[in-house]
Amino acid sequence: MAALRQIAFYGKGGIGKSTTSQNTLAALADLGQKILIVGCDPKADSTRLILHAKAQDSILSLAASMGSVEDLELEQVMKVGYKNIRCVESGGPEPGVGCAGRGVITSINFLEENGAYEGVDYVSYDVLGDVVCGGFAMPIRENKAQEIYIVMSGEMMAMYAANNIAKGILKYANSGGVRLGGLICNERQTDKELELSDALAKRLGTTLIHFVPRDNIVQHAELRRMTVLEYAPNSKQAEEYRTLATKIHNNIGKGIIPTPITMDELEELLMEFGVMNAVDESQVGLTAAELAAKAAA
Amino acid sequence: MSQNADKILDHFTLFREPEYKEMLENKKKNFEQPVAEIEVAKVREWLKTPEYREKNFAREALTINPAKACQPLGAVFAAVGFESTLPFVHGSQGCVAYYRSHFSRHFKEPTSCVSSSMTEDAAVFGGLNNMIDGLANAYSLYKPKMIAVSSTCMAEVIGDDLNAFIKNAKEKQSVPMDFDVPFAHTPAFVGSHVTGYDNVMKGILAHFWDGKAGTVPKLERQPNGKINFIGGFDGYTVGNLREIKRIFDLMGVEYTIVGDNSDVWDTPTDGEFRMYDGGTTLEDAANSLHAKATISMQEYCTEKTLPFIALHGQETVALNHPIGIAGTDKFLMEVARLSGKEIPDALTKERGRLVDAIADSNAHIHGKKFAIYGDPDLCLGLAAFLLELGAEPTTVLATNGGKDWAVKVQALFDSSPFGKNCHVYAGKDLWHMRSLLFTDKVDFLIGNTYGKFLERDTGVPLIRIGFPIFDRHHHHRYPLWGYQGGMNVLVKILDKIFDDIDQNTQETAKTDYSFDIIR
Repeated sequence: MAALRQIAFYGKGGIGKSTTSQNTLAALADLGQKILIVGCDPKADSTRLILHAKAQDSILSLAASMGSVEDLELEQVMKVGYKNIRCVESGGPEPGVGCAGRGVITSINFLEENGAYEGVDYVSYDVLGDVVCGGFAMPIRENKAQEIYIVMSGEMMAMYAANNIAKGILKYANSGGVRLGGLICNERQTDKELELSDALAKRLGTTLIHFVPRDNIVQHAELRRMTVLEYAPNSKQAEEYRTLATKIHNNIGKGIIPTPITMDELEELLMEFGVMNAVDESQVGLTAAELAAKAAA
Repeated sequence: MSQNADKILDHFTLFREPEYKEMLENKKKNFEQPVAEIEVAKVREWLKTPEYREKNFAREALTINPAKACQPLGAVFAAVGFESTLPFVHGSQGCVAYYRSHFSRHFKEPTSCVSSSMTEDAAVFGGLNNMIDGLANAYSLYKPKMIAVSSTCMAEVIGDDLNAFIKNAKEKQSVPMDFDVPFAHTPAFVGSHVTGYDNVMKGILAHFWDGKAGTVPKLERQPNGKINFIGGFDGYTVGNLREIKRIFDLMGVEYTIVGDNSDVWDTPTDGEFRMYDGGTTLEDAANSLHAKATISMQEYCTEKTLPFIALHGQETVALNHPIGIAGTDKFLMEVARLSGKEIPDALTKERGRLVDAIADSNAHIHGKKFAIYGDPDLCLGLAAFLLELGAEPTTVLATNGGKDWAVKVQALFDSSPFGKNCHVYAGKDLWHMRSLLFTDKVDFLIGNTYGKFLERDTGVPLIRIGFPIFDRHHHHRYPLWGYQGGMNVLVKILDKIFDDIDQNTQETAKTDYSFDIIR
């Protein structure tokens, strides 16, 4: 058996991380890979398409009801779904209380200590939003994920988030083995989306691994709690995910240490592509009335 | 005024003076909303009933007086067992003040340990800068040969990554690139001090054996005939390790004590302050990879360390804090088997003397009932010894004992006719123990210093064996291991039994017909 490959999907909330990752991993399973998905999002929705479930019982919710993590058995938290993909959700607190980051640490330690990583080819972490605290950086610590894939789109805030995640990776890349595997653009049909994403990838020193076109069939599959791969295996979109999966599979060892850019540079990039006009500093913060008065003067 | 310069009262007597009594009485009356004495007495009696015991054991969301400490305490214990090693706890100062004072109160010796002094800003931005500055300061001020890093609640909740931080600090030249900085994550809210000991022991061995966090090639094991010995978290480490060395030397065994705390907590007063003393040399720690086998004296202190050692090709033996004849027999026979050395006559004689002593005192110990609490291994060792003496360890409780430990204790009970009416309590605290002492009568309680409150409330005499012992001095200098150690434990138990007999027979013309000089 080849060495265990660990990857992670990061990206701005609502960008389609979980959808993209589950479809891609389903495609990898079609290729014969044995896969474990570790959901690191307190919403616990990283595995619903694989399991056809609303939300899986998470490690932390089970631990809380039983008293402590030590009381848990692996079988209680690990479910098996489409093509024998193993699924766990770390889970976490309700919004406004507790510490979800610590939950990620606790869960990953539990999985490692209880042998969840044995007998799989791939471990994939699906991680919430930006790298906001040390806990959400757990998957990129030494001996965890080797490559990070950032799911983004052509929207400015998604690009901003992607850049931020690259900063987080940089912090760990210098001292450890984690690398940026590339960007995955989940199409939002914004202006010049492909070109912009490609340009951002180049600025970060990486490549745009794949541009996933928008297709309503993803919605249809989601409503049935299925991946497109399972719902419509012969569709064009399924083929897209297969292509993405193959690209990721062949991207082993090709990750890089990212070169994140500043906010100014990001704005310049948008201007370069004509998505954003140059900011007239003299007009910033003025109301319409003030502007009119200024023009009249 | 009750205090004046000519006659100074200390706190034992000062607060018994009338003005203080009056003041405290008024404070209670005016500010504490007291209930009637009769009501207090009623509740006090109710707390002794089986009915309350049921309620107490139904308790889910509250722990009262847990008989355990947190992981970093064990981390510091393990770290100071290595030559010139400074324990560095990544967290706030208060945590480290606790570890230092806790050990100093027990061993009556200073315990050197530093913190990375995390404050509000570190909690928000992460403790990387604290690690960078802390390692640099500790290295230049205290000149250690090794800094062993562990972590606290705060660092663990915000998810600081010790491996990455130490590498970053080295890149910032806090310490030289090749300086040894092993580490272990020791979240204080998981497990107990024995878990922390285990994590750091494993962390230090992994550092030396497995390529120092990827900076040098992993060591290649070249087996030799040596035996590694790991004592575990042990309040009697000073006396115990010296006894173990004496035994190994008597047998002619080549050995390495991995984590030798016996000198650092027993430095002589001769005008020189020793921040570090003794300890396993870093060379020996690295070379311990090549040993034939490793013996752990405390299985539950090495739950991760022993499998790690076994993975590297050594045979491992786990014991449970052996005390007494059978326990020491097993230990010595394992040493003899692994080393191929004979057990010398000198030790056989010591065994015979302990058997003799046990026989001499048997009439007083036989059938006595004991409650024991402490760390999982110590409980097992003591319970086994009591069964051997014909006593009944009717209540055995470990707050940091798990289900597998309870199974092991039950198996021990089942192996002896004296274990028939004995019960094991895993994960329970000293407030549970309080109920048990009222409802399930025993003759004596064995535990650490905190047991004195149970002794006061329940009247069950306390025999002080455990960690910490704050209110009696120098017990840590005397071993519990080996036949000599068994003798010490026997004498501790007997002394209390005879004290108790004297206490109950000294009322003039009432009970003093048995107030004898011969027992």
